[in-house]
Amino acid sequence: MSEPAGLQSGTTAATVELEQLTKRYPGSPQPVVDNVTLTIRAGETAVLVGPSGCGKSTILKMINRLVEPTGGRVRVGGEDVGAMDPVGLRRRIGYVTRASGLFPHMTVAQNIALVPEMSGWPRARIRARVEEMLDLVGLDPVEFRDRHPRGLSGGQRQRVAVARALAADPPVLLMDEPFGAVDPVTRDHLQGELIRVQGELHKTIVFVTHDFDEAIRLGDRIAVLRERSHIAQYDTPESILTNPADDFVSGFAGGGAALKRLSLTRVREVDIAAYPTLTVDDPLQEIFNKLRASVTNEILLLDQRGRPYKWLRRGDLMRAKGSLARAGTLVNDTVPRDATLRDALEAVLTDSAGRVAVTGRRGEYAGVVDVETLMNTVHELLEADRLEAMETRHALEEMRATQTHAEQEGEGGGQMT
Amino acid sequence: MSFWEYLGDRHQQLLTDAGEQAGIVFLSMVMATLLGVLTGLVTCRSERAGSLATTASSAVLALPALAVIGLLVPVVGLGTAPTVIALTLFGLMPVMRSTVVGLRAVDPSLVEAATGIGMSRPMRLARVELPLAWPPILTAIRVSTRMLMGIAAIAAYASGPGLGKEIFRGLAFPDGENALNEVLAGTLGIIILTLLFDVVYVLVGRLTISGGIRAPGGTRV
Repeated sequence: MSEPAGLQSGTTAATVELEQLTKRYPGSPQPVVDNVTLTIRAGETAVLVGPSGCGKSTILKMINRLVEPTGGRVRVGGEDVGAMDPVGLRRRIGYVTRASGLFPHMTVAQNIALVPEMSGWPRARIRARVEEMLDLVGLDPVEFRDRHPRGLSGGQRQRVAVARALAADPPVLLMDEPFGAVDPVTRDHLQGELIRVQGELHKTIVFVTHDFDEAIRLGDRIAVLRERSHIAQYDTPESILTNPADDFVSGFAGGGAALKRLSLTRVREVDIAAYPTLTVDDPLQEIFNKLRASVTNEILLLDQRGRPYKWLRRGDLMRAKGSLARAGTLVNDTVPRDATLRDALEAVLTDSAGRVAVTGRRGEYAGVVDVETLMNTVHELLEADRLEAMETRHALEEMRATQTHAEQEGEGGGQMT
Repeated sequence: MSFWEYLGDRHQQLLTDAGEQAGIVFLSMVMATLLGVLTGLVTCRSERAGSLATTASSAVLALPALAVIGLLVPVVGLGTAPTVIALTLFGLMPVMRSTVVGLRAVDPSLVEAATGIGMSRPMRLARVELPLAWPPILTAIRVSTRMLMGIAAIAAYASGPGLGKEIFRGLAFPDGENALNEVLAGTLGIIILTLLFDVVYVLVGRLTISGGIRAPGGTRV
């Protein structure tokens, strides 16, 4: 079978283009999906988010032809999917649904092996691939290979479903509310895992959800859909939060844009204040001197391995009669550099003194974040987002103006001949 | 002659009859399974055809077996032919019905998942739908077999083969020396055969039903 170049298995990713895509069911006056045009770049995660019944799942099913469009077309890797054999097409597009869709009469390994098997891979390669996929989604192959789906938890099932969808290395992955049926804690985990997996594989992912926070977390770009899948806004999460196109988008995004912005930024991206620090091995006299000389009210005491240990205030040592063991307050919470600003804020708010130590990979001291730092950062971020959004909007308007101009010119030219 | 003496005397004949009975039930059941699953597959897609199949199934099962065999005799004559036809007809009804019901009970999200990962229709049927509908179909085959054992005995009236001959011989001459022995040997033979078939079905179920969907504690009855 000759396959279109852009959609071969093994290529990392392919663009997905929807062109004036329309779906109208017979007997209903309004189309479910009405004239949707959208381009998803290769290797990007695009999240379609909108209220239930807005046709977002229908869009997804038109990409792998589970639903045939009544108008417009879908191109994957530049090829019109309408002209392809639907069975072959679907083997090259991963598909994960809310209900996992694992076959209960097959083992985990058999489920994952299905698409490679249908694509005619040799046995040894399939076996190796199954192990690799289970590893990828964080399940121990030895423990899970021969289990049946009914012996798995909801979260494990979704992991296997993702492994099955990715087994034949498809360039495109469609996910229809894949984490909608698992509990919030597991969902949080799975979202994190998906980000990690996508960081390794760089597939084109089209992800459907009605959970805006999920969209913010996972999407490189988010398409906010209103009824009949009209696109209210298609943009980066940052722009949608800081510069919603209209009331619908801001209503859907919900309040607290500044708070949501916090979960998009990591602690390592902001300026972490350097704090005066000392280690427990330093002589007492030096500690006294440093405390006296310090501009801040307190210093951070590190243990032998450089991890935050105690906060020491002026006077603490006096009160403890010079005993380091009894002076100061123990550090009970730290945030890693990879945590989001939201996590940092949480820690700062629960801390009685309004600051939290930031740690590196092995728990070593990296800096301190306090309320003031967070506030300044958010202000700067929001301001930067606003400027960027204004620029893109300006650029878009300019582009449209040029286009209109070109069209008018073209028409004029046509009339002349 | 005591029952044991009778058995010792006639064991050759009894074994032949039992073999015939088992053979004819097995043959009819194989045909009934093939035809039943096939018609089930064909009809389950359409709402009307499927309902028609299940209704026909109940209607045919309501007919008296003896009447059906009697009606077949003028058409195909006496002996094995009417027996096999009647048995197949009765046997296929529960199989057809449970095929339709079983296939319709397959979770639509699984059917969509099968299509979504790129299975063609025949492949979807063979690898997903039929394996999932198989436990109720196997149960129907098991129930059908028990029923056919009984019906096959009646077929002796149309000169059919099997243990029914023993029973009817005894009933025809109730005053005969061995009347009771004959009826008893035929009836017990049928019961033993039925139990043996059942054991075989349990084994078949173990081998063909995936552990992932097997009800705890064996196959469903």
